[in-house]
This record gives sequence, C-alpha cells and structure tokens, in this order.
Amino acid sequence: MSDSSFVRTEMLKSEAPPTMEGSVLGWIRNNLFSGPWNSLLTIVFGLLIVYVLAEMLPWVFLSSWTATSLRECREIIPLTYGEGTTGACWAVIRERYLQLFYGFYPRELYWRVNLTFVLMLVALAPILFPNLPRQLLYFSGVYPFLGYWLLWGGTIWTPTLTLAGLIVGYLLFNFLSEKRGLLIGVIVGTLLIIFWFLFGVIPITVFLSENVTPLAIEIVESEQFGGFTLSVIIGATGIAASLPIGILLALGRKSDLLIVKSLCVGFIEFIRGVPLITLLFVASTLLNYFLPPGTNFDIILRVVIMVTLFASAYMAEVIRGGLAALPKGQYEAGDALGLDYWKSMRLIVLPQALKISIPGIVSTFIGLFKDTTLVSIIGLLDPIGLSKAIRSDTAWNGIVWELYAFVAAVFFIFCFAMSRYSIYLEKKLETGHR
Amino acid sequence: MKIRFLVAAIAAVFVTGSAYSATLDDVMARGNLECGVSTGLVGFASPDAEGEWEGFDVDYCRALAAAIFGDSQAVEFTPVSTKNRFTALAAGEFDILARNTTWTFSRDTDLKQTFLGVNFYDGQGFMVRADLGVSSASELDGASVCIQTGTTTELNLADFFRVNGMSYEPVPIEDNAEAKEQFFAQACDAYTTDRSGLASTRAAAENPDDYVVLPEVISKEPLGPLVRHGDDQWADIGRWVLNALIIAEEKGLTSANVREMASAPTNDPEINRLLGTEGAYADMVGLPNDWAVHMIEQVGNYGEIFDRHIGVDTPIGLTRGVNDLWTNGGLIYAPPYR
Repeated sequence: MSDSSFVRTEMLKSEAPPTMEGSVLGWIRNNLFSGPWNSLLTIVFGLLIVYVLAEMLPWVFLSSWTATSLRECREIIPLTYGEGTTGACWAVIRERYLQLFYGFYPRELYWRVNLTFVLMLVALAPILFPNLPRQLLYFSGVYPFLGYWLLWGGTIWTPTLTLAGLIVGYLLFNFLSEKRGLLIGVIVGTLLIIFWFLFGVIPITVFLSENVTPLAIEIVESEQFGGFTLSVIIGATGIAASLPIGILLALGRKSDLLIVKSLCVGFIEFIRGVPLITLLFVASTLLNYFLPPGTNFDIILRVVIMVTLFASAYMAEVIRGGLAALPKGQYEAGDALGLDYWKSMRLIVLPQALKISIPGIVSTFIGLFKDTTLVSIIGLLDPIGLSKAIRSDTAWNGIVWELYAFVAAVFFIFCFAMSRYSIYLEKKLETGHR
Repeated sequence: MKIRFLVAAIAAVFVTGSAYSATLDDVMARGNLECGVSTGLVGFASPDAEGEWEGFDVDYCRALAAAIFGDSQAVEFTPVSTKNRFTALAAGEFDILARNTTWTFSRDTDLKQTFLGVNFYDGQGFMVRADLGVSSASELDGASVCIQTGTTTELNLADFFRVNGMSYEPVPIEDNAEAKEQFFAQACDAYTTDRSGLASTRAAAENPDDYVVLPEVISKEPLGPLVRHGDDQWADIGRWVLNALIIAEEKGLTSANVREMASAPTNDPEINRLLGTEGAYADMVGLPNDWAVHMIEQVGNYGEIFDRHIGVDTPIGLTRGVNDLWTNGGLIYAPPYR
C-alpha cells in the first residue's frame, strides 16, 4: 500500500521563463501590441509623439544662448543652423535667470536667500522624515522667525522678542489650564500675547537696539522681493500655516458647539465662495480704503495672509473628508478609553483622518503653490510678472515662449517633488486595511 | 533710524490727522523718492538685467529725484498694474505715479488726483498686415480686431466703428504680449491700441515691414505723471520738473552743456532763472537753487529722454510728431519760468 504513493525527493531545476516573458520584446508585445486595436492605438500615438517632438526638439536645441537681444538671436540662429531655422532664444534666460530666481534682491545679499532656502529644507526634514532626531523639531519651530530675519533683515530683536512672547504665552496657557481650566488659560494666554505685540515688542526692540546692541543686518524692502523667491515665500508660508488652521477649522465644523461651528462654517463657505483673485484685490486695493491713509501695511504680508486664509478653507474641507471617512467606532473608542476631546483627536482620530486625506492635502498644497502666480495681477513681480517686465525691455521685446517654458520647468520641479513625497508618505503609512 | 520710522509709522496709524503732511518733507526724511511705474511697458518702464529700471516714464521720476536730492538714483520704483495704480497712489504707497496714464476728467476729479501735465501725447491707432492692402481705417468694415479688454481703447473702438457705420468682430485679449502673439499668428486682421504700443509691437515682429500702422488716430490719450489731491506744493514740484525738462530742450540745454551754462549767467534770462544764476526762484517751491542743473546734467532734457528710450534711433522708432516742441509744430509746450 505504502509503495503505491510517490513523493518526489529531489527539487526540479528551475526552467528559464518563456522567451516572450521578461524580455524587452515580450514586454512590448504584451503592453503595446497585444491585439489589433492596441496595435493601432500604439502606432497612432507613436506617430503623434514623433510629430510633436520633430516640431519641438529643433526649436529647443537649434537655439542661441549667447545673443544679447532678440534681434541678435534672430540673426545668429539662421547663420549657425542654416537659412529658415527658427530656434529658441534661450539667451534671455542666460541673461535674466538670476532676476527670475531672486527678483530685485541686492546681488551681494543673495547668500541670505540661499541660506534661508537651505535652512527651510533643514527645518522641513524632521517634519517630513520621522526617522530623524526629534530635537531638530525645535529648529523647525524657530525657523519662521529666523527666516523672516534673514530675508528682510533689520534687527534680530523683533523676531526674537516675538518668539519669546509666543513661548511665554504658551507656558502661561499650559500653567493656567492645569490650575484654572482650559478657558481661563486660553483667554489669559491670548490676551498676554496680543498685549505683548501691541505694546511690548517695538519699544523693547528700540530700547535694546539703542542701548545694548542693534545686532542688525542690512534691511531689504518688500519691493525688492520678486521671482521664485517671492513664490516660495508666499507658497511655503501659506502651506505651513494653512494645514494647522485647516485642521482646526475642520474640527470646528464637526464640533457640537453652536458658535464655534457656525463661525467655522461661515468662514469656510465665505472664503470658498470667492475666487482667490478677489481676495488678492482686497489685499492690494480695498484694504487701503479701510486703513487710515499713510498706513504702510506690507504688501507681501497682506498677500500671504490672504493666500493662507484661502488655502485654509480648502484644507479644512479636505480634512473634513478624512474625518468623515473614519468609522464612528474610532471616535467611540477614544471616548471609551476615557480620553478627553483633544487627546482622542490627537492620538486616535487625526492620525487616521490625515492619512486618508494625504492626496487631497498635497493637491491643495500644489494648487496653492501654483496660485501664487496670480499675484502678478496686483503688480507683484513673481516669475510671471517678471517675465512681463523682461519682455518690455527693448532688447527682449517680442519674446514669449522661452520665458514661460523656463518658469514652467521650475514650477514643475517643485510640484513634482511635492507629489513624489506624498506618494512616499502614503506608502510608508500604508497599514493594509484595504 | 529704521526703527524710529517703524514707531512713527505705527503712531501714524493711530493719529490719522497726520495723513496730509507735506510730501516733500516725507520724501526728504526718507532720503529717497518712491515712484509708481508700470510693471513693464516697452520703452516706458522696464527693469534691465541688473534690476535697474529704465524708460521714458522712469526717467521722469529720476529727474524728480535729481531735482530734490541732486541724485537721480535716489528713487525707488514700485511696479503697479493698471488695476491697482490709483488705489496704491491714494493710499500713499508711493509719492508719484508715472505710468503712462491717460489724463481724463473723471480721473482728475472723481478719483481725486492731480495730473501734472502731459509728457507724451498718445492716441489710439490701428495696425494691419501689409498684405491686406488696407491703407485707411475706414476700409476695416467686417474686420476682426484684437483689443485689450477693460481699457478705454475698447470703448473708443466701439465708438469709432459705430460712428462710421461699420461692423467688426472683437478678439478680446488680456495684455500687449498676448496681443502680439495673436496678431502675428493672424488671429485677427487688425490690432488696436495706443500708437506707441503699436510701434513697439511692430518693432518686435520678425519682419516689421510686414505690418503697417494706419494713419487714423481715433482717440486722444494725453499721458502724464500724477499725484494725489491734498498737497499742492508737491504737485507744483512735479509739474515744474516736467516743465523744466521741456524748457531745457527749448533753450538748448542738454546734459552735455548745462554745467557750463550754469557756471556764469548767460544772455538768456530764462536760462539764468532756471539754472539758479539769477534770482531765487527755486526757494518759491522748496527746491535747492541748482536743482535744474543736477536734473538736466544727470537725466537730460525732454528731447534727450525721448530719443534715448522711444525715439527714431531706438528699436521702437517713434518720430516726435505731436510730441515735438511747439516751436517745431508739436504740442509740447511749457509755461514760462519766471
């Protein structure tokens, strides 16, 4: 009986895969020519791509980098590449790329912009990659003040005192909310910070700079900001501020407290109901009517505030989507564990809700960053505004595509990086629930 | 110093009564002039590769700075768009607006601004492709016309075609650069805007001779610098800087010879009064005695500014035409300096 069964005792050698699998040819056949319909589509689109490239590549490469004006470009290119060639005049980028990156920032101070940018990456690193040392987060907290000081210059006391006021206010809030309850803590902490800003920061700054040491670096006026520097300032500030504000708004909208809820709903619906460009017009023109004449309320600050408010409203709705997607059991689990509202949000609800919302959040970020180009309409010289200014130079009068192509390429690098990061984050946080 | 200004600025927020202080004093205290210019208009205002602004309107501001400080570089430029230029001026974001702005009744009165004069007489015209064989705007019946939206040119165009009983098909565009692309790509038969804009558009063409500017001028566009209501002394300074540039050309004062002419009184009393070698006229308006010398030496007279940025020797190639001196049959005319 036992002899009738057969068990193989040695392993079979692995066979080579069929020739059509794994080879390039096989891939092409499986993916591009797997049937008559697919083959037809492949051929049509292949021809289309070849046609577009055949039109575009000569324009891109049969170009001039050395000319000093469009007129010269138009003379050089046919001379170099033969009669009738119309190539790109990249010389305008060679002459103006610094301006497109830094705007009118003083040339000898470019290092400050560069340093701010590098430090921004350092400050972002611990937020983006959790396996870095946690102490770096302190630097991320200090960075906004440091970055502001580096970019605009002036005395270091103003940002330092501002930061100090915030820290003291926070400590007071912590202390009071343990002793006297949350409400008292919030009220006293906020009042202290407001009082400090209104009456503390400037006099003490004046006192310290005149009697101790100014510790000042050269001031750069807001009018001198432009180009990608301006886009990154507006975009990065808007992105960094809109996420926390958006989370609060989303929680407020789901709150049971009537006043909080109606305030949040009102804010979100109002801001989402108007186009960004109207808000920018409010920032650039309407505010001037409300404020007393002669008030100098920095235009970049105004724009950053408006862009942040705008992005926050969208962010709130994206995050609310994440909150709504969580099963009710998760909220109840938090309550069942005896956690208070903030703890259950922080430890249980938000980590899951935010994870669900990552694609939406990053979309909003990318959209916000690209929307910064709208500021060119109110006269700020961001890359789009600058390309208009450059075109109005008599030497480059008539150039269009080269500048837009360059601006688009740089924007693509930023946006593509953000998009890649979001995919990385999604993969990392994937816990395999579905 | 800067911090004191900050404190002063914040104090000013609360004390609104100080809004109408003398602009000249503010400018002197600040140490530079703040001037609103276009975000980019060929020949009139554009930044070079170093970020230095240059152009016909820019040079007016430089002349004003030279008159006040003796230094044509003591000026900061704030680019403003057509949409926010008036509010920014009214809000005091800069001291003077030199941004090829048409002087009209409602802008002067309703918007509470003071126009200081005309530094360029422009007018709306038409440009067509030469191969259309059109020689007059009255032959444009049924044509498609590229037109910038939201400007007075749009209204002028409608008026012109209605008065002449013709029809047209508007091709709306947003700005001059888009207009160039559309017009050169033959998206419209004709392009209409101010004649200075037509000239710069034509200059940008691969082959300018393919396009002709038609002779008709269908609107008056007197362009000039302006300030906000409320400070007549400041308006006087701006007005007489412009007048002095014109008088200088009329009297043959140039950047090359003004220093020599100012070294001793000449036979022409008006030159002497202008250059401060006779009388104390500059005191009347609060400028240094040799203000015109600095101004003409550093920036040049009206004709020099014109030739440098938009004249026949530049790629834009505008002839003086109506912008020639009244003595040469043009409209450029300044009241006497006495």
